[in-house]
Amino acid sequence: MGETWFLPCSHMSKREGEQFEGFQGESPQLPEAEVGVPQGKGIGTSTLRKEDAELIAGQGRYVDDIRLPGMLYLAFVRSPVAHANLGAIDAARAREIPGVVAVFTAEDLHFEAGVPCGSNPTGDARQPTRWPLARERVRMVGEPVAVVAAETRGAAADGAAAVEVDYDQLPVVVGSEEAVREGAPQLHEEAPGNLCCSIRYATDGFDEAVAGAEVVVRQRVINQRLTPVAIEPRGVVAQFQPSTGEVTLFTSTQVPHFVKTFVSVVIGTSEAKVRVIAPDVGGGFGSKLNTYAEEYVAVAASKALGGTPVKWTETRQENMLATIHGRDQVQDAELYATGEGRIVGLRLNVLANMGAYLQLLGPTIPHLTLFMATGVYDIPNYTCRIDCVFTNTTPTDAYRGAGRPEATHVIERLVDVLARRLDLDPVEIRRRNFIREFPATSPTGLLYDSGDYDKTLDRALELVGYDELRRDQAKAREQGKLVGVGLSTYVEVCGLAPSSVTKAIGVGAPGWESSTVRVHPTGKVTVVTGTSPHGQGHATSWSQIVETELGIPFDDVEVIHGDTAFAPYGLGTYGSRSLAVGGTALYHSLRKVKEKARKIVAHQLEIDPDDLEFEGGRFHAKGSPERGMTMAEVIGAAWSADNLPEGVEPGLEETTFFDPPNFTFPFGCHVCVTEVDRETGKVEISRYLAVDDCGRVINPMIVDGQVHGGVAQSIGQALFEETVYDEDGQCLTASLVDYMIPTAVEIPQIETERTETPTPTNPLGVKGIGEAGTIAATAAVVNSVCDALDVDHLDMPLQPERLWRVLQGLGEKPVEAGPLETKGGGTS
Amino acid sequence: MIAAGFALRRASSLEDALRLLAEGGEEAKALAGGHSLLPLMKLRLAAPETLVDIGRIEGLSYIREDGDRIAIGALTLHAEVERSELLAKRCRLLAETAAEIGDVQVRNRGTIGGSLAHADPNGDLPAAVVALDAEIVAVGPGGKRSIRAREFFRGFFETALAPDELITEVRVPVLDGAGSAYLKFNRRAQDWAIVGCAAIVRGEAETVAWTGVGSMPVLAEGDWRKAAAQLEPLGDLSGSAEYKRHLAGILAERALAQARA
Repeated sequence: MGETWFLPCSHMSKREGEQFEGFQGESPQLPEAEVGVPQGKGIGTSTLRKEDAELIAGQGRYVDDIRLPGMLYLAFVRSPVAHANLGAIDAARAREIPGVVAVFTAEDLHFEAGVPCGSNPTGDARQPTRWPLARERVRMVGEPVAVVAAETRGAAADGAAAVEVDYDQLPVVVGSEEAVREGAPQLHEEAPGNLCCSIRYATDGFDEAVAGAEVVVRQRVINQRLTPVAIEPRGVVAQFQPSTGEVTLFTSTQVPHFVKTFVSVVIGTSEAKVRVIAPDVGGGFGSKLNTYAEEYVAVAASKALGGTPVKWTETRQENMLATIHGRDQVQDAELYATGEGRIVGLRLNVLANMGAYLQLLGPTIPHLTLFMATGVYDIPNYTCRIDCVFTNTTPTDAYRGAGRPEATHVIERLVDVLARRLDLDPVEIRRRNFIREFPATSPTGLLYDSGDYDKTLDRALELVGYDELRRDQAKAREQGKLVGVGLSTYVEVCGLAPSSVTKAIGVGAPGWESSTVRVHPTGKVTVVTGTSPHGQGHATSWSQIVETELGIPFDDVEVIHGDTAFAPYGLGTYGSRSLAVGGTALYHSLRKVKEKARKIVAHQLEIDPDDLEFEGGRFHAKGSPERGMTMAEVIGAAWSADNLPEGVEPGLEETTFFDPPNFTFPFGCHVCVTEVDRETGKVEISRYLAVDDCGRVINPMIVDGQVHGGVAQSIGQALFEETVYDEDGQCLTASLVDYMIPTAVEIPQIETERTETPTPTNPLGVKGIGEAGTIAATAAVVNSVCDALDVDHLDMPLQPERLWRVLQGLGEKPVEAGPLETKGGGTS
Repeated sequence: MIAAGFALRRASSLEDALRLLAEGGEEAKALAGGHSLLPLMKLRLAAPETLVDIGRIEGLSYIREDGDRIAIGALTLHAEVERSELLAKRCRLLAETAAEIGDVQVRNRGTIGGSLAHADPNGDLPAAVVALDAEIVAVGPGGKRSIRAREFFRGFFETALAPDELITEVRVPVLDGAGSAYLKFNRRAQDWAIVGCAAIVRGEAETVAWTGVGSMPVLAEGDWRKAAAQLEPLGDLSGSAEYKRHLAGILAERALAQARA
């Protein structure tokens, strides 16, 4: 890579004397969002989710509920060591176990390609091939080495336990800092120095621009490794039809269409013969925004078995070893400011731990950190370098927030450190630096669509009673209590993504979304969406949009998703994109239906289409409401087709593929109040308030639910969760006893409030809320605890012992205490 | 998460259970609530050939007064101990400790006898029965015997119980006039104790017993501060030895204060 600085998105980079337009480019100006008064079960109402009755009653249909005739069960033989040359694999004993039908290794199953990676931010990223079953070498604990097919799940497990594998162990490297040291064990020949890629960005003349800064604060921030832990682990049911070459694959995924494409490539069959179905999916958090070795192995195994269907259901332990992890960044940041606290520059260096291989998005995740690390602040000068490195650990990839929580956390921490240095209130430092003019171009060329950061901050301060809180805190401190108040003012990027941008930043997939609206003769509506919900409630929100736009009742709408045989190609559900992109695709299809209906009405009533109004599900002539047709009548006319205007086809069915002209940028302010037990170091959150602005809201109850879940997960990161490896690469947190996801008891009451600043990016004015909670909350919690302890910085998770040591003055500087303890020795 | 194969034998009586255990020898395990054993089996950390299900034996689930003791049948659920009015009145410490075990589901399946026989070094009940100086009644081929709780725990998951013996009853003293408390430090409500402390105050006399500070519960009568300072807990992901020793002292102080209140 030498001295050439790679600009993450070269067409957006600032060049001398050139104005730049950010991501908006040539896109047409879209209308301002049309905000109406909530009615019935339409847009803006807290309508109960139509998905829930079935799910709550245990009537959901997950992959593990699917049984095909003659189906066999798969169990994987996985590497128990983190790095080794593979020796002989002896399956003789396994084959003798009653019920075991077959044992396959890499030699027995044919793959045209390895597990695909769709991320190359620099154009020269090393993407080592990962075969679905290991060949020659294993590089992480949990890597699949062989697979056993058996008549029962128990026999498959017994068989897997009986396969004997020789491992010739190699030196292991676990931490990203160790991986880049000279002499570190090397994982891949094609990636010298364990480097996957080095992403670099700088605004022009950065060093000169910050040279005169009066204040510089430096901070190392560890964003620890996390395990996503969806309640439903992954699962696959696969059948290969030898006579036709057809593949049917049920899989617990967020991206069924990607899986379809990649299965055809890896297995070597026509994509037109592959059908992928994501039935009910019990959570993903990004961990199912991927395609996995087990999906390909299952299809290949069914093929090798002559078409016998096979099922694999991930165990929790496998889920914690072989499904992707998240975060794992070591960040070194420097913030430059004037004596008055006006930020002039940010320098950020990141070591991002990719794990042993790249999964679907690998280095794109820290790339998103690069884009968002300047946060809500007007920071004119910015430089960032992200080194993505391989280690003998589970691959990291998208986990709720995916790169943006890491961005928010580091900038919101640094701003607090700066406030302490200048003896300013955290509110004041933020006010002095907020971006205030929208749309705003960020230093990396993003175009922040709309925002009002003062508004969410003001509302939060008012609701939480900030001044009184500070007075209470002062009193509590006098009594020796450790009470802290923390703020997080965040902005995130979602609505992924304009396809020209995904291309420009080296993501091997576009960002558009599809929808079909099919109106049945009886007036019922089927919506087919390319998105793939797994808990978000799309069926509800999509039905609400139909009710508002077409006047067809919510309960008459069915939403179909997740089956590639029914749906037009779609990119799936991740990156808080579904409503902003998929919902907009639906909106456009509904508009097309409405326009066609208008033509039919105009023809039948002999009125100019422009003289028709649509109100309450009925078209009527302007000024004479009695002259009109109900939607039901129009639907009937479109179906009977005996009196249609010239050039209008029968039926009412429309499809839209929508490519967004820009991202959306939700924002907000979270406030956290904590008290730390001086004797034990245990943190109690006494108050948590979230004021979010995700643009126009379709269903306030669903938005609240997303905030609750996101904040809970983020409190998990701040206080409880950390994926820990020992120096041999054994994961010490591969069970839910050791990996501490918080439960309802540990999560405080979360107060939610919203402001609504619609986006001009799409006609619905919607932004996205799926990840805001995880993006905002870690900083609010950690800022609060740092305030309570009166220290610059603490690394997550804030285990009681870590805080106790700080309080005792026993520990090293808290900055260093975290990573050294937990990543190296295994105890903390 | 699939256990290795095993034979399940269902005992209809205590005698039947003892016979089945004897037949199974070293490879047989008794199954009561199953909340400790089954997870180990699913992880294949335990793979007994035979499970002797004692859950349906009649007459082993009771809480009753017996002189100056309260007798609790081995198959009594944690939830029953937690809600017992008799215990709330006369041996509150045990009820309070049971309420801290796991979560509601665990307390509705787990039994007092199973939990003590399992002897988890971070379990809650061991601290309480040691502080209380309870008796643990066991039967085996040689007949019935009573073991002092203070001599029952022998090491990590090790007890004085022979492989062919079963706990039938736990006998705790009434605490009339004494104060008591059980305090547990953990990070999530349903977890095992990182450190737990049972405390009893009788007049000036202070008794504490800790769990989570070593391979088995540790008793301190008299100078508990000195005892706390000499503890040698095992450092692990949940905390270093030094921190756990510190917690033991803090918890004892707080539990005693609560017992006195």
